Amino acid sequence: MSNLLNVSLSPHIHGKETTQKLMFGVIAALIPVFLTSVFFFGYGALIVTATSVASCLLFEYLIVKFIFRKPVTITDGSALVTGLLLAFNLPSNIPVIIIVIGSLISIAVAKMTFGGLGNNPFNPALVGRVFMLISFPVQMTTWPVPAGLGTGYADAVTGATPLAIIKEGIKNGEPISQLMSQIPTPAQMFLGDMGGSMGEVAAFALLLGFIWLLFRKIITWHIPVSIVVTILAFTAVLWAVNPEKYANPLFHILAGGVLLGAIFMATDYVTSPMNPKAMLIYGCGIGMLTVIIRVWGAYPEGVSFAILIMNAFVPLMNAYIKPKRFGEEVKNG
Amino acid sequence: MKTFPVGGVHPPENKLTAAIAIQHLPLPASVAIPVSQHIGEPAAVIVNKGDRVKTGQMIAQSKGFVSSNIHSSVSGTVNKIDTVIDTTGFRQTAVFIDTEGDEWIETIDRSDETPVEVILSPEEIVKKCLESGIVGLGGATFPSHVKLTVPAGKRCDTLIINGAECEPYLTSDHRLMLEKGKEILIGTTILMKALKVSKAIIGIENNKTHAIDHLTRLSSEFQGITVYPLKVKYPQGAEKQLIKALINREVPSGRLPLDVNTIVHNVGTAFAVYEAVQKNKPLFERVVTITGKSLLKPGNYFVRTGTPVRSLIDAAGGLPEDTGKVVSGGPMMGKALPNIDVPVVKGTSGIVLIPRSESERMEIQPCIRCAKCVSACALNLEPYLLMTLSEKGEFERAERERITDCMECGSCSYTCPAGRPLLDYIRLGKSTVIKMARKRVSN
Repeated sequence: MSNLLNVSLSPHIHGKETTQKLMFGVIAALIPVFLTSVFFFGYGALIVTATSVASCLLFEYLIVKFIFRKPVTITDGSALVTGLLLAFNLPSNIPVIIIVIGSLISIAVAKMTFGGLGNNPFNPALVGRVFMLISFPVQMTTWPVPAGLGTGYADAVTGATPLAIIKEGIKNGEPISQLMSQIPTPAQMFLGDMGGSMGEVAAFALLLGFIWLLFRKIITWHIPVSIVVTILAFTAVLWAVNPEKYANPLFHILAGGVLLGAIFMATDYVTSPMNPKAMLIYGCGIGMLTVIIRVWGAYPEGVSFAILIMNAFVPLMNAYIKPKRFGEEVKNG
Repeated sequence: MKTFPVGGVHPPENKLTAAIAIQHLPLPASVAIPVSQHIGEPAAVIVNKGDRVKTGQMIAQSKGFVSSNIHSSVSGTVNKIDTVIDTTGFRQTAVFIDTEGDEWIETIDRSDETPVEVILSPEEIVKKCLESGIVGLGGATFPSHVKLTVPAGKRCDTLIINGAECEPYLTSDHRLMLEKGKEILIGTTILMKALKVSKAIIGIENNKTHAIDHLTRLSSEFQGITVYPLKVKYPQGAEKQLIKALINREVPSGRLPLDVNTIVHNVGTAFAVYEAVQKNKPLFERVVTITGKSLLKPGNYFVRTGTPVRSLIDAAGGLPEDTGKVVSGGPMMGKALPNIDVPVVKGTSGIVLIPRSESERMEIQPCIRCAKCVSACALNLEPYLLMTLSEKGEFERAERERITDCMECGSCSYTCPAGRPLLDYIRLGKSTVIKMARKRVSN
């Protein structure tokens, strides 16, 4: 009988959302970031992005096909997102071979050893990036300064990031008021006209992506807002104590990877908490750790480390921080 | 506008039949009337093969307090007492009657009058509901006389009439409110009298503005009845969510609306109560929406209980070729029927035909921990966790995570981008936990 009816349990309809659509939604949100990085860093941005994406896809394909021996999953878009995010966390003149190694760490070590999508405790792109930072410290901290569309890949002019300038200056005992002349204005930083990772410089492009992610209901506000608010509050206190020793809160938000991290890295589904209360605590932790590393740590920038450290707490948070169940407390109004 | 505060989803409404007036479905040649059309004990058959019965005559009598009388929906001869596959997919006893004419029992008032004044005393109303086989018509089919009997020590101060109809596709309550508004309000007054409350609230989702306007206008003539529009969101029609939305009382976990001094009845039930009390008519027919995207003539019908779903589909233009699933009830909580000869019962609010292309489930993908199920859950549970715990057999922990609170609204499975069968596993876990708890009590 060809006209047998399907019998299954309810619900009998399903929403339109799929994993693939969510991943491509994130990719769409990254378009402004990609365009500004090409605008500021030229060909280098294209080469780094293409290498990172291609190698992430390739490694996932090879591992799933020849080691897992399962149907290939690269069409779900998650490896593509990892590739893009890894690229946006790198300087635009980094040698191709280092990118390939970073992609291998991201996909093979950080994602596939745990069983693939959905199982990895740490953000794959950040594991790759931190591995590269530790293994290739020179290449990973040689930042091209934005020189426009025509900039070549290997011949980019390099300079220090605003965060590095401040860190170095304070170490040498210079007051911040004297260092301010060396760093870009807030307006320049908002538009992205400063040295740094390809995807972290342009705050406006990241914010456009944030609006899209919220509009498309891919993420909620909890994690990004709690990170930014924590950093603002923490650095405001420090700044109020001694403005010559600690940079102002706005500088901390606009310089470095706070927005890229808060909007795109910390909100990674797999490695972030599962309920709003835990998300706020997670974001708060990332904000605190970022400031601690930036102000008192050895590195000028701490967003990647902060997110990875908080990733480690996520299973614990999911187990012990629970949403308030409906009907848990009697509250009559 | 009012709505419940946590969770919920917005499935496409697809209310194809909202503008189609209720018609009377032609009487089927025969009916199969199940003896269990309610929650509780099945009724005991009191007719024999060969007996002649009239429309409205009692054919099975309630057994115990939580049970309900069953009445013949047609006049004719009892052909056999046999089993029939019902909406749950299981066989149960049913009275098969061959239709001959349509001769109603004499006590039913078939005039066009709409008596407003309620003469019966509260006790008589409850008795009348019991006699007439009134059950909750929202889908749960809980015997109404039980709900109208407030146990000693409990108090009810607010009656809520549920006109949310939050399930996609269904429009039976919507049409009833438009066409039988006055009767519903009289029914509400009767329920208020039985419960001895002075305040009743009718909650209607805002996609039914005509019904809201109509009932608001009519309610000015009735004491103590207010109509509230609700923001459209599934599962607003769930009792606990509706109470929270309308009067901001939170029914504690594992308790009943009466624990917050509230009782909820469906608009369809209010209408049935009106008919029983004012017109002496037992419950043997109800409004059923027959709908589906491929159906030629979807519509709303007054259908006699025991009518095979097939008759309803025939009236709507026949079974479309691409039908993949026939659902009794709404697509979110309804039951997929094993065949179309299943009889319509008191709880059948609609029959939804789902095309083959939409009737198959997505391929199951790994959980990406997006937490969409957590934000969709109207009870603030963690469906992903409950599924994992049920899958792994960790039922003690599932119980601590309140798996038994789940009302099976399906929002989690509906929303899951990875197509994971969250609710299937939660049901498994829930039933296991309930069994465990029963065992503990009996030990």
